[in-house]
Amino acid sequence: MSVGFKTLNNCLIVEIDGEIDHHFVDNVKKSIDSQAVQKGYSNIIFDFKNVDFMDSAGIGMIIGRYKFTKKNGGITSVACLSDNLKRIMMVSGLYRIIKIYNTVEEATKAV
Amino acid sequence: MFYDNEMTLSFRAISSNEAFARVSVAAFALQLDPAVSEITEIKTAVSEAVTNSIIHAYDNGDGIVHIWCGCAGNKLYIEISDNGKGIENIETAMEPLFTTKPEQERSGLGFTIMQSFMNNIEVSSELGRGTKVTMEKSIGE
Repeated sequence: MSVGFKTLNNCLIVEIDGEIDHHFVDNVKKSIDSQAVQKGYSNIIFDFKNVDFMDSAGIGMIIGRYKFTKKNGGITSVACLSDNLKRIMMVSGLYRIIKIYNTVEEATKAV
Repeated sequence: MFYDNEMTLSFRAISSNEAFARVSVAAFALQLDPAVSEITEIKTAVSEAVTNSIIHAYDNGDGIVHIWCGCAGNKLYIEISDNGKGIENIETAMEPLFTTKPEQERSGLGFTIMQSFMNNIEVSSELGRGTKVTMEKSIGE
């Protein structure tokens, strides 16, 4: 499991590789926030193309970043979701407040 | 009830064991020849229940989580139990978005996801004694 950061079109791109559960989230959420603060980006886009599992801990992580970016006048969105992750977004109702894009490029253009 | 096969698993209530637990149950379920999507549903439900034991029952402290799995025909039965602090009000705990730990960014959706991904779920709990989550899933229906 790993997390990497890129910047594109005024957005912090968070690339996650692995399975997102409580164990993973506890280790990465602070580093995501500190990257956003250090780099001065108010928009966060999660790139989930290398994520094949996510439970409700991932939902909590996304909602937490949504609140963080909203407070700073930005947005949080997600891209490249597998069918499994889309289902979690639907079951949780998260799709109502977090936009889902097919690609990171689409997500950055929408900011 | 007669089961075609059964297994038990006990492990320390630490977050690094969440993946171990869900993968172990998924491996047991393979004998029922589930679809990939069914495997993911089982893994997700197990992950939710085990995480609840670690975070809520033991409050990230010492403890053991127990899993029992059985299968009969095309049905998978899973029991996940702990000897933690127990749930004061199960009905409230199972309400969507209810969480006692909002400061830890818990979504309060664990039971909702278990209910969505499994055919049946029952929760029993006793304060100071522990909690048991029993889940059932029909494979290939």
